[in-house]
Amino acid sequence: MIQRRGWKRWLIALAILHGIVASAGFFAPYDPTEQDRERPYLPPMKIHFVDAQGRFHLRPFFYVEHLRAGSFDQFEESTDQPVPLRFFVSGVRYRLFGLLPSGIHLFGAQASRFYLLGSDAYGRDQFSRILYGGQISLLAGLFGAGLTLFFGTLIGATAGYYGGWRDGLLMRVAELFVALPWLYLLFALRAFLPLAVSPVQAFFLIITVIGAVGWARPARLVRGVVLSAKERDFVRAARGFGATDWYLLRRHILPETSSVVLTQAAILVPQFVLAEMTLSFLGLGVPEPVPSWGSLLATLQQYSVLVSSWWMYAPALAIVPFFLVYLGLASALQQDTGAGKIVNMTGEA
Amino acid sequence: MVRMARFSSFERLLACGLLLASAAVLSKPATGIPRQASPSEELLTLPGELGNRGGRLVVSLRAEPKTLNPLTAADAPSREVILGAMQADLVHINRATQLTEPALAKSWKISPNGLEYTLILRKGLRFSDGQPFDADDVLFTFRVYLDENVHAPQRDLLIVGGKPITVHKVDAWTIVFRFAKTYGVAERLFDGFAILPRHLLEKPYAEGKLGQTWTLSTAANQWAGLGPFRLKEYVPGQRLVLERNPYYWKMDAKGNRLPYLDEMVFLFVPSADAQVLKFQSGETDIISRLGADNFSVLSKQQRGFTMIDAGPGLEYNFLFFNLNELGEKTSADMGRKEKWFRDLKFRQAMAAAIDRHAIVRLVYQGRGAELWGPVTPGNRRWVNASIPHPSRSLERARSLLKEAGFSWKNGPNGESLLQDSDGKPVEFSILTSSSNADRTKMATLIQDDLKQLGIRVQVVPLEFRSLLDRVTQTKEYDACILAIASFDADPNSDINVWLSSGGMHFWNPSQTRPLTAWETEIDSLMERQLTASSYEERKKLYDRVQEILAENQPMIFLASPDILVGAKNSIGNFHPAVLEPYVLWNVEQLYFKNSSEKSSR
Repeated sequence: MIQRRGWKRWLIALAILHGIVASAGFFAPYDPTEQDRERPYLPPMKIHFVDAQGRFHLRPFFYVEHLRAGSFDQFEESTDQPVPLRFFVSGVRYRLFGLLPSGIHLFGAQASRFYLLGSDAYGRDQFSRILYGGQISLLAGLFGAGLTLFFGTLIGATAGYYGGWRDGLLMRVAELFVALPWLYLLFALRAFLPLAVSPVQAFFLIITVIGAVGWARPARLVRGVVLSAKERDFVRAARGFGATDWYLLRRHILPETSSVVLTQAAILVPQFVLAEMTLSFLGLGVPEPVPSWGSLLATLQQYSVLVSSWWMYAPALAIVPFFLVYLGLASALQQDTGAGKIVNMTGEA
Repeated sequence: MVRMARFSSFERLLACGLLLASAAVLSKPATGIPRQASPSEELLTLPGELGNRGGRLVVSLRAEPKTLNPLTAADAPSREVILGAMQADLVHINRATQLTEPALAKSWKISPNGLEYTLILRKGLRFSDGQPFDADDVLFTFRVYLDENVHAPQRDLLIVGGKPITVHKVDAWTIVFRFAKTYGVAERLFDGFAILPRHLLEKPYAEGKLGQTWTLSTAANQWAGLGPFRLKEYVPGQRLVLERNPYYWKMDAKGNRLPYLDEMVFLFVPSADAQVLKFQSGETDIISRLGADNFSVLSKQQRGFTMIDAGPGLEYNFLFFNLNELGEKTSADMGRKEKWFRDLKFRQAMAAAIDRHAIVRLVYQGRGAELWGPVTPGNRRWVNASIPHPSRSLERARSLLKEAGFSWKNGPNGESLLQDSDGKPVEFSILTSSSNADRTKMATLIQDDLKQLGIRVQVVPLEFRSLLDRVTQTKEYDACILAIASFDADPNSDINVWLSSGGMHFWNPSQTRPLTAWETEIDSLMERQLTASSYEERKKLYDRVQEILAENQPMIFLASPDILVGAKNSIGNFHPAVLEPYVLWNVEQLYFKNSSEKSSR
């Protein structure tokens, strides 16, 4: 029997991580597009337990920070204005999972904004932006992988099962798509589209491009499995009893490909997240002010930000646990099922 | 004479050996040049700190110059190298005082009717290859500039009152320029017209090949100028090396011939960040055109260099709406938007809603000036100080919109959205150049400013060329943010922007006749100031132009960045100006203070 405990642990970890990002509205204290023009590039605020007079407080607090007089990037704490941190506070309205309207946030403060991970060039809360940005990046990865696997399985199964000229044609097309330079494809696509692309349009454009180019590799893998599965004895027996093509595919052959498809999914999702980040990093992703991990990292293209605002690196760290868990899941799936190979984890997208 | 930020044109000219034909005439070895001036030469004495000879100045250039030919140079790097270091003009505008002063012409006289300028040239001067300079060179130069077949970008400036100016030689040192109409600032006109060596260029001109001569690969002995430096070596993709012109016609107060420096090296460093790194590591000696963010990084860690904020320059950033007359094939959507944009109250409301203070603080880190007109505070002689400077007011914006028939309704998430009189939501996009982070940042700030009025704005960063194409050719856009950096403080340098027939009249370029009454008035004011003779009179006319612009808001002026520069502490006579070239305008006087510095490289 297949031992399933290994990958279940990874799956739970993954569910937790995605849950946090999916309920960004609750975990993020602020609207990711709200600007605070008095505090651009504010470093992460310090959480205090001991105040300036040396007294200990049970409830953590922070000091309001202001620009030092005459400066535009140096902040100082005003120690006469301690603001206690509160949990489950009500703040800006949002829709949990895009549905449930709510105004409760995990943490926040009443008198002043609290910047856990500092602020960006417009004084927008970096922590909130990372959480909301994750929604775009991860959703693009998940949708992209889903689309890719759907078409990959469909085309791979057709090619493998029917063989002959269909196989030849589909696999040559697949090779063509593998060789396609997807970045230039996107540049070209962008040039054809109307000038102003709304964030939603841009998002679906990215997914379409990622999916359109990515299906070839899983298709080839699925084809290989189908090719060997259709010659198995029980498949031949079923065919002998008069089973239709559709029945055979559904009942006997496609289940054989499940392990390959699952492993591929665990590999493709992070790969496509990375692809979305690359596009947004180059300014081809969702437009301002909507955040995505790639566009958050794009500010690091400026030398001055690179050397003086270290907290802008935070989105790069945010992706680490996601990628680790996906990688863990992929290798656990592979071990458990003994099928599939981890190929091209960090290589080209 | 207007340069748009990041504008470069002209195909790279093919290197060709056409000049080799005339090689025999040239290349006299530069020997026996006295260090002290000889009495027969009428050298110009410059005041200022005395320096010591020698040293090599290394500066970054953000792109390779396209040519070394002043007749075809249209891109900023070429102009910077040619006009800054290699060539000289008859009358020069002092970048520090912003006033004209004698250069190759030691004096000039204006006829009582203002139509005739008589220029007396300096005697005994030589080109950088040792050949003598006289009135024939000047005559040749202006003949070439005025020749339509040469396509010199400066030619338009020599057309005054619809007719080209005429040039006559009186004797070897006297030249007369005649204008068809009185021209207010005729002597300013000579700045930027590099005087060319007739002995080198007459032959290619006669053969009609002048446009292709003097490319970057020109041999050093085929090239000559009257500037402080002359061509030494060009390494494609890496650097351009200039050496001291031993025949230069300026000297310091002690009679030492200038320039002080032996060599100048222009490194081609395309990205601003790479330029900063090169300056930081000491590879380059001077840095200019710094962004405020990089300036503050360098200011914080200064080691051996001084960073200077020279105050607001002449660059003005502005937002403008598409006010073109649309053809029949325009979509209903565009027609509806145009109706808003043409409504003066709408534009005034936009101007009132934009937080200029935030732009200066967040984009320029406070190193800039808020603008309400095209003339920056850096242009002291021409700014109209009486233009009102209203601060941001959303209430005013709302009441203006209400007067113009706009109203608000509640959106799906409880926010209030602006709609026009037909109930259609007000939303538009703003184009910005994707290569300019500053203007993209301004657009993002404006996006948020206007969101508070219930307007949905999309920011569309586009590659600069396709942006310009949309604005001036296809005219398919809603609004756009651009910047103009004038070469000269004089209003004439921007005439192409203000005249309704001008190609850079961005909101509605190249009109056959002005569309609105106020554009008609600007046209006539600009024409009048062109021929008015006194500064006071011109100032009055140009003040009125600024007022009309502020009233009608065809451009919503945003902010002007300070000129931010830096130099090694060892460089003497370093006095940055707010006019281009910001740091190299007095390159002949720059010197290294201690002698160890120049031998260290």
